[in-house]
Amino acid sequence: MKVPFSWLKQYVEIDVTAQELETKLFDCGFEVEELIDLSAEIDKVVVGVVTECVPQEGTHLHICKVDCGDYGHDIQISTGASNVYAGMHTAAALDGSTLPGGIKIKAKPLMGVESNGMLCSGEELGLNDDLYPGSEVYGLLDLPKDTVPGTPIQQVVGLDDYIFDIAVTSNRPDCQSVLGIAREVAAVLDKPLKMPATDYTVSDTVDPRLSITVEAPDLCPRYIGHYVHNITPGPSPRWMKRQLALCGLRSISNVVDITNYVMLEIGQPMHAFDMDTLESCQIIVRRAKDGEEITTLDGKEFKLTPNNLVICDGSKPVALAGVMGGLNSEIKDSTTQLLFESAKFARDNIRKTARGLGQNTDASSHYEKGISEYTTELGMARALHLIQELGCGEVTASHFDCSAGAPREGKKFTATISGINAILGITVPTEAVLDILRRLQFEVTLEADGDTMQVVAPRWREDIEIGEPDLAEEIIREYGYDHIKPTFLKAAQVTTGGLTADQKARAKAKRAMCAQGFYEAETLAFYADADLDMLHIAPDAPERNVIRILNPISSNLTIMRSLLAPSLLNVVVDNLKKGNAEGRLFELSNIYIPKQLPITELPEERLHLGFAAWGNDEDFFAVKGAVEALGTAFGTQLTVERATDVPWLHPGIAAYILCEGQRVGVFGKLANDVTAELKLPKDSRSNQNIYLGEIDWPAFHALVPKALRYTPIPELAPVQRDLALVAPEEAECGTLIAEMQRACKQLTKVELFDIYRGEKLGEGKKSMAFSLYFQPGDKPFAPDEVDRFIKKILGNLKFKLGIEIRE
Amino acid sequence: MEEKIKELRAAIEQAGAAVTSEAELSEFWQKFLSKNGAVAGLTKSLRDVPKEDRPAMGKTINEFKTWVEAQYQALSAQVEQAALAARNAAETVDITMPAKVRTTGNLHPITLVKNEIVDAFAGMGFEIYEGPEIEDDDHNFTRLNVPKNHPARDMQDTFYVAEDIVLRTQTSGGQIRVMDMEKPPIKVLVPGRVFRSDSDATHSPMFHQMEGLVVDKGITLCDLQGMLDKFVQALFGPEVKTRLRPSYFPFTEPSVEVDVSCFACGGKGCPLCKHTGWIEVLGAGVVHHSVLENCGIDPKVYSGFAFGIGIERIAMLKYGINNIGLMFENDLRFLKQFED
Repeated sequence: MKVPFSWLKQYVEIDVTAQELETKLFDCGFEVEELIDLSAEIDKVVVGVVTECVPQEGTHLHICKVDCGDYGHDIQISTGASNVYAGMHTAAALDGSTLPGGIKIKAKPLMGVESNGMLCSGEELGLNDDLYPGSEVYGLLDLPKDTVPGTPIQQVVGLDDYIFDIAVTSNRPDCQSVLGIAREVAAVLDKPLKMPATDYTVSDTVDPRLSITVEAPDLCPRYIGHYVHNITPGPSPRWMKRQLALCGLRSISNVVDITNYVMLEIGQPMHAFDMDTLESCQIIVRRAKDGEEITTLDGKEFKLTPNNLVICDGSKPVALAGVMGGLNSEIKDSTTQLLFESAKFARDNIRKTARGLGQNTDASSHYEKGISEYTTELGMARALHLIQELGCGEVTASHFDCSAGAPREGKKFTATISGINAILGITVPTEAVLDILRRLQFEVTLEADGDTMQVVAPRWREDIEIGEPDLAEEIIREYGYDHIKPTFLKAAQVTTGGLTADQKARAKAKRAMCAQGFYEAETLAFYADADLDMLHIAPDAPERNVIRILNPISSNLTIMRSLLAPSLLNVVVDNLKKGNAEGRLFELSNIYIPKQLPITELPEERLHLGFAAWGNDEDFFAVKGAVEALGTAFGTQLTVERATDVPWLHPGIAAYILCEGQRVGVFGKLANDVTAELKLPKDSRSNQNIYLGEIDWPAFHALVPKALRYTPIPELAPVQRDLALVAPEEAECGTLIAEMQRACKQLTKVELFDIYRGEKLGEGKKSMAFSLYFQPGDKPFAPDEVDRFIKKILGNLKFKLGIEIRE
Repeated sequence: MEEKIKELRAAIEQAGAAVTSEAELSEFWQKFLSKNGAVAGLTKSLRDVPKEDRPAMGKTINEFKTWVEAQYQALSAQVEQAALAARNAAETVDITMPAKVRTTGNLHPITLVKNEIVDAFAGMGFEIYEGPEIEDDDHNFTRLNVPKNHPARDMQDTFYVAEDIVLRTQTSGGQIRVMDMEKPPIKVLVPGRVFRSDSDATHSPMFHQMEGLVVDKGITLCDLQGMLDKFVQALFGPEVKTRLRPSYFPFTEPSVEVDVSCFACGGKGCPLCKHTGWIEVLGAGVVHHSVLENCGIDPKVYSGFAFGIGIERIAMLKYGINNIGLMFENDLRFLKQFED
């Protein structure tokens, strides 16, 4: 919201500087995002009177003597402008001056003659005709003769002004206008508000043919129309042109300018229809028919639906309500009679129409934010006043006011000062409460108990709805938040807090992963089908049951993830590209499982612990060690089971992770065919060594022991024996150990310490050497007991697996 | 006899000087101290000594034997020393060669900040609640006093997955879920991922928020500021203060924007605080009556305050990170900087 300082001053006597006002507005809830100093772009440019003006022979230049008051009465400046004359008052940029755009002016010779600056055109000062008449003349700015030499030029051309660019919160649409901000300024400075004039007289003229009907009062709760005739199109007055220009609008003609002016000043979008174009002098406000078409003022054509509100004449749409007028009823230079519209349209309907058609206008923006009916009434009155003030038409007696019946008075409610103070936690003096509410134009009657107030809110404050909290906010933002004295829940009861068992377990899992050298990653919860393709996830796999985002921000973020692995693989690839040749990462985040598609209820959100490791130092067993360490951290043993059917993992180097015999996850080396398709740097050996895994957190966590229990430590030390076995190449270490342990319950630990292959063993054989640890109970083993164990173990190995001791 | 001893002593001294290895030492022992060695030979030749001289000579021989044994012990120690020195020399490494490192990993900066906030509030009696990331319209908007068509819905660019199901735009919905489950006194923190259709240097389509809610009898705006003072001090240091200024959120009334005094310059003004001395860190306010009523809590009896913090924003301020994208890129060179 851009508000010129000079315009605000029309309504409030402001006795503070623009900077002080900025602070005051900030304190009461209106952050000035930018305070634009219009004079700041220009420096050392002053009124100069050309006292002598001599053409320089052989050039197009004039050598001038310029009186610049205190800066020098006889400054020589050359100019190429042909409209220069002796006696001219113009803008002189002195030596060392600055012009808009950061242009520096220095004294220097021009065609061999010393020139101590530059005489300026309006354009060079950043002006146009609306800001300062005559600015667009070709040549030097010709200032009035009463301007005083040496006066800074900003003061003469109206650039000694500021623009407040104010962030207005969405609950305060009443402040989307100069008047709205002026009301706040008046309140914060405690000055009277001088309302813009809204009086007008009507002539005897009525047009009996004219009629206005609102057929969709739900979308148009208020529609005011007024007939103005004998229009004399022409330019707007200088003050109006300037104010429009300061807000970035160009002047068009008096009538059109009035509609724009009222929108800026009052916050009410206005529209004017050329009466001659309205068939049967009718206005009908209705939903568009399906397929109905309109061409708006800017020449764009739209096909409409019943969701769009249109203003129609007797036969056709003449405006897209609240968005833009129709080309067919546009005000032209030839217009002699018009119908003014000031209306309130439903906020969301205008928003949907503007968004749906891609036609966002200043008017639609105002309607989307919200307009009160007070504003609608005030806007029409102000427009009619301006018609008379500018003398550009006759205000007739044909006035129409269609209302859905909203009350024409402010909200009334009862509030107590003690209630307000209870919200704030401080005691604001009663006088201060009453004074602040008066300044904000609330009508307040304090009852005899000195506490209860009967309050009527201003009509434009539609945000006021629940009484005391609203008033508390109004009071404290004016009284000052620095009056709040921090207290520490002095009335509250003590509560127990802290993390739940699951939250603590998750924190522990993260620490356990860190301890194994994994860094925590945080990746986006959405990706695209292509990311599942990357992992060769089959089209009918459960991971393809994904929740789709209806309005994705980009084509690579379209589905909620069903697996963490693609996110982590992307991170690995990214790191390899950046030259991070090795690393370990994990993430504990949700995947999303729809209960049905398309989804009609909230999906299951399931935490997964994903991890990745890559680089020359990694192998399956290094990662397996990390997985086992995670189990150990939770007092359980994680074991493995060969996984050959995970499409993204190597069928020979992958394993399901088992906890208490149940599958809780999977990990392994990235499948060769997946690796081959990755866009990786060519020469990195690490590329071929990527490991990925994913654990279903709730499944794992449900199986880990809930409470720690102490197991007594055996008093006797275990007895160790080594055993070398000859096994076929395909025999798995885990199977051998399982069979050994099955044969002897005293065998509490088996460690593989060597594998040997050689000619002596024969083709397809390997020798595996194990250390076996036998744990005695209360008594030491008898002398030949361990030998008997070994015998039993060997017997079982031979019987079950055909494996024998190496001789 | 004595002559013999003298010769032998000279021979032993000479032989001893030549011993440098285990083998030579053993040879020395064989030659002089074994059963058939020279010293044993002396004892045997005692038989040839006249009887009356034998005791004196025997003593002399014994003294000599003791001396030889001492020689042997000394030589033995010497050889052992030499062997150790040789082994040490052989095992000596180049200590300037590169170290073998397997460092521990560390947590993500978002987790670090989240943990710090949780620690600060858990100690003040707050529970931690995590609501669903995919949320219905009712919890994300309607019951937070943002009915359909409310302009506040425009403040947030919402991702939809069904007509009435969204990726939550704020953790504030957690307020509703907690108040549905529990009755006052309530003190809860709701950390979590949130989603908005927005992406630039300071916005990511996914980021993290932490909602705080206190509902009890007699809770005031002063309590809110007192709580937030404690919170920012836990995060940014004991000297940091808060400043409240008016703002608007549909689910609080009054609503405030909370600034902290700049922890980089102490409020004097610097580039971090854009020379204002203050940094905007969070939004807060007194819980709106409608929100309490929507959860069956009587606003005439109970009041409360709520606050919402952007975790990435805090992390960016705290660690001096200038682009939110770095948080989700997971470049190891970034992640490794957050050892705590």
